[in-house]
Amino acid sequence: MSKLNTSSSELDLDRPNIEDYLPSGSIQEPHGTLRLRDLLDISPTLTEAAGAIVDDSFTRCFKSNPPEPWNWNIYLFPLWCLGVVVRYGLLFPLRVLVLTIGWIIFLSCYFPVHFLLKGHDKLRKKLERGLVELICSFFVASWTGVVKYHGPRPSIRPKQIFVANHTSMIDFVVLEQMTAFAVIMQKHPGWVGLLQSTILESLGCIWFNRSESKDREIVARKLREHVHGADNNPLLVFPEGTCVNNHYTVMFKKGAFELGCTVCPIAIKYNKIFVDAFWNSRKQSFTTHLLQLMTSWAVVCDVWYLEPQNLKPGETPIEFAERVRDIISVRAGLKKVPWDGYLKYSRPSPKHRERKQQSFAESVLRRLEEIN
Amino acid sequence: MGNSSSMLTQYDIEEVQEHCSNTFSQQEIVSLYQRFCQLDRNGCGFISAEEFMTVPEFAVNPLSQRLFRMVDGLNFKEFVLFLSAFSSRASLQQKVEFIFKVYDSDGNGKVTFNEMLDILRDLTGQFISEQQREKVLTQVLEEAGYTKDSLLVQADFMKILGNSGLKMEVEVPVD
Repeated sequence: MSKLNTSSSELDLDRPNIEDYLPSGSIQEPHGTLRLRDLLDISPTLTEAAGAIVDDSFTRCFKSNPPEPWNWNIYLFPLWCLGVVVRYGLLFPLRVLVLTIGWIIFLSCYFPVHFLLKGHDKLRKKLERGLVELICSFFVASWTGVVKYHGPRPSIRPKQIFVANHTSMIDFVVLEQMTAFAVIMQKHPGWVGLLQSTILESLGCIWFNRSESKDREIVARKLREHVHGADNNPLLVFPEGTCVNNHYTVMFKKGAFELGCTVCPIAIKYNKIFVDAFWNSRKQSFTTHLLQLMTSWAVVCDVWYLEPQNLKPGETPIEFAERVRDIISVRAGLKKVPWDGYLKYSRPSPKHRERKQQSFAESVLRRLEEIN
Repeated sequence: MGNSSSMLTQYDIEEVQEHCSNTFSQQEIVSLYQRFCQLDRNGCGFISAEEFMTVPEFAVNPLSQRLFRMVDGLNFKEFVLFLSAFSSRASLQQKVEFIFKVYDSDGNGKVTFNEMLDILRDLTGQFISEQQREKVLTQVLEEAGYTKDSLLVQADFMKILGNSGLKMEVEVPVD
């Protein structure tokens, strides 16, 4: 169970006008003389609180709705059983085989290339890129991934950063099989961490640690260095900062949008009929998630490479981030939600409560003056 | 999750419905149960402070601490009863009673000047000074015919809040 601690001021900076989004028919009535009734009537605030208890837009983002069971009668149930047999007995072993072959090929090519071509950096990098793209294709094949790419392929140019919405770590694999991106990711434990520190390191990936507050500056610096380097792999960032259930988008962190370079949005949408690709990191480990994918029929998704965007004159990075989030959400059919993904791990800053208090206080004082 | 009404039997639903005096329909009770299970992450049968505060919309509400004190440790039946004041089927009396309970923090059936001041403080924070708060409250109390030392009972609340359209309704999403 993750511990909640009061958030640092960092969360404040990432969040613009939350009042624009929240359903507040809140504490208004700014006219007329102040009566006892107005002070005693706390019903708007109570209604908001009760509304949040009953249903709230943040929890909705991380809910994975289980599909309706359709195998409930005597004809469909045997069919479903047959399906299970095929999936676990036939497809799964085949997929494991494909994946194993892929890993063998990859590892047997990667280590020679990595060590023997130490001096010839350009060639080595090119081969490593190709090999990573290869292993990702093997991964995608191991889930019978059917990925439709729309739009022009990303080109390797400096001063360019790619942003995408985030549903699961497989987003990275799906995108990586087409173009070898360098990614900025949370450092994970276990075998994933091992992969991160060996293979992905060579692609130029950057690691961060959510729980360290100083970490943010270090990461910002690394981002800047990477983007301005001419020969580095194009950088891919998931500005939501956490996995969301592919029906909503949470607020984008502005880090990727204040580097002074072009932002190329990518929208990813998974087709839930085949499998729910949302990785609820609190409920499943990544291994369980992968196994779930490998025993489903297919992973079907659409990837749209959208038009590159630049910071408009007079636009703040936060506004820019929101504009790009809008573009991605519209393209992938996702609803926008005004919450910071990190609220999964910490509480909202007191600033929001204070804003509500301030507006109520001001209206009371104003109406008091009207009496006097 | 998979928590459907199979966890809640028809008897359970009817019992809860009776407990809240039919302010919620059976479907709404099922939805509320799903929500309760969703919030009660460690599955211990009640929602703790930490679990409530994971809902950002609730955590930013100025009255969240007070409400939390009222709803802390409630089991599902009591949880539904707590929310029943917000149903569209609840009477004005029930709503005013709820508001009274929020004010009456020591539960003695009388609301004092200080209790009203406490709520006002929660709602306004540091943006009004303590003296100004007392001044405002005294002024409106006197204007309504009470004094600083008056102890308001539920009937008083009904009189003050009763005749002006009190809107306190929340819709329970039913799938």
